[in-house]
Amino acid sequence: MDLSFVILVEILYAIASLALISVGLAVVFGMMKVINLAHGEFMMMGGYATITAVNLGVNVFVAMLIIAPLVVGLIGLLVERLVIRHLYGRLVDTMLATWGLSLFFIGMVTMIFGNTTTSITTPIKGFTVGNYQINGYNFFVIFITICLLVGIYALLKTTRAGLTARGTMQRSDIAAALGYSPDRIYMATFFCGSALSGLAGAVLAPLVGLVPTSGGIYIAKAFITVIAGGPALITGLVTSSGLFGLVNQIFTFAISPVIGEVALLIAAVILLRLLPQGVTGKFFKGKM
Amino acid sequence: MSLTWGKGDVAALIFAVLLLFVMPMLISTYTLTVLVIYGMLALSLGLIWGFGGILCFGQAAFFGLGAYTYAVAAINIGESTVPMLLAVFVPALFAALLGAMMFYGRLTDVYLGVITLVVTLILFKFVNSTAGPQYKIGEARLGGFNGIPGFHTLNVPGQPDSYIWGDALYYVSAVALIMVFFFITWLLRTPFGRIAVGIRENETRVSLMGYDVRARKTALFAIGAGIAGLAGGFFANWGEIVTPGLFSLGQSAEIIIWCIVGGLGTRFGPILGAAGLAYLKFALGQQTLIDNTLITGIILVLFVLFLPKGIVPAVTSLWSVSFAKRASRNRRHRRGSRQAGGTYG
Repeated sequence: MDLSFVILVEILYAIASLALISVGLAVVFGMMKVINLAHGEFMMMGGYATITAVNLGVNVFVAMLIIAPLVVGLIGLLVERLVIRHLYGRLVDTMLATWGLSLFFIGMVTMIFGNTTTSITTPIKGFTVGNYQINGYNFFVIFITICLLVGIYALLKTTRAGLTARGTMQRSDIAAALGYSPDRIYMATFFCGSALSGLAGAVLAPLVGLVPTSGGIYIAKAFITVIAGGPALITGLVTSSGLFGLVNQIFTFAISPVIGEVALLIAAVILLRLLPQGVTGKFFKGKM
Repeated sequence: MSLTWGKGDVAALIFAVLLLFVMPMLISTYTLTVLVIYGMLALSLGLIWGFGGILCFGQAAFFGLGAYTYAVAAINIGESTVPMLLAVFVPALFAALLGAMMFYGRLTDVYLGVITLVVTLILFKFVNSTAGPQYKIGEARLGGFNGIPGFHTLNVPGQPDSYIWGDALYYVSAVALIMVFFFITWLLRTPFGRIAVGIRENETRVSLMGYDVRARKTALFAIGAGIAGLAGGFFANWGEIVTPGLFSLGQSAEIIIWCIVGGLGTRFGPILGAAGLAYLKFALGQQTLIDNTLITGIILVLFVLFLPKGIVPAVTSLWSVSFAKRASRNRRHRRGSRQAGGTYG
């Protein structure tokens, strides 16, 4: 009984963290069709922003939920104006340019913070269920992820800004004809996407020690989750992170964490082979 | 274009042989060997990406696979000829299977990139976790994070005791690079190569002409992987150790950067890009002022933004604008009339 509760929490946590890792990328890649290979580095910088802010004496939740997204969002804004803006519509070129950016950020953070592991303690205490210890922070991650997903869904579906953004992503020329500025909407969307990446990085930072290269562990997982999700943003993200999180945890329990990761990746390869348009490209058509 | 040797090829060969003997006077052969190996690796991606239009994010997978195959086989066999051949065939076979899976599934650009990236990552994670004694192939323990040291290095075929190392290893690998270069030149002139370029330009059209695009892409992918595997085999001999780092994302990224900087769709470009950037990295590595990942990143961004075709095509088009155009204008004068609007630049 206790064990099954622990397993359930672990599975939920795996799913939530996958969704959290991918949500920023889902906005940038899923909506804007910009392949942001620097996504992992945005997360890494979110983590560093949090740790720096906490060391300066800021409350950890303020640092995590406000400072980190703002800092990374501004970096994203800069990146969009300087680089990405010139490359819209050129898929492979954005991929290469953002890869260059990711190397640049790794180098820069190494120069600033050094090549050592930095970390902060998790702000929420663990508790026990029967004979097992559960990390209380896991619930926080699950909670934040649910809030984010519901929030984005509501923003895109019910507000005028969301409608404008979705419309611009589909047909920017029509949006321009209707008097909206696609340039500014793209800019704002990229800002939101990078801020979400920063937030995700910040929330996950207390769980893992940060090094300048930590972005690399997220990028592949985020990518396959978004691509396997397909065109529908939130539905796709929830389905694919649910699927991969489940596979990952089952193999982690049954064999080992490394096999869990490998199983996740293999599941992704098989899924992409079977459904190249992603889950929502085949099922749930026309959903969000 | 014919399949026989042209003037350009003879010039290229003379140039290559000259370089082969001049370079050791400028740079130590130990460094040169690795530049040559990287050149070969970049050429393998240059072939499938520049001429076949297949963007593979996981060329490092085949490189690492080649190196590991060599190391494992060399420990088990105890000489180097067969392991070297295996280092070519195992990655080629692996690529053929992977390629068949992807191309017959009609996956294109981004999805292809992601799958090759993920496969590299799987290999990296797997090899990294094989530290335990139960992970062994024959006599060879995979060694996990520490890699495999102490295998039999390259020897003269048939004489396991006469090792090829130092200067000799440089000459062997440089000659191998020249051979690979001319093999690719030849391949691109065969109907197979011409159709590969056709597929890069317009896949649908080529398939409507009745060619089996999927089989051809798979074959090209496998050939590229074989060359990368050969480079891996040489790398194992140069480093005398193989580690999971060979499969890392950083390694994959670098190969792509070499190709972009040197120039796609050319045969010299990737080699030049690889040797140049690897040397730059080596030179930067000797100072501590600026992190060299940062420089690599800036170079890649600047090239994508301002010189997306790379150095070699840019220089060639500059050359043809400033010299060839003048020559052709004279010719046009002589011939009297010609349609307006040049095709240069």
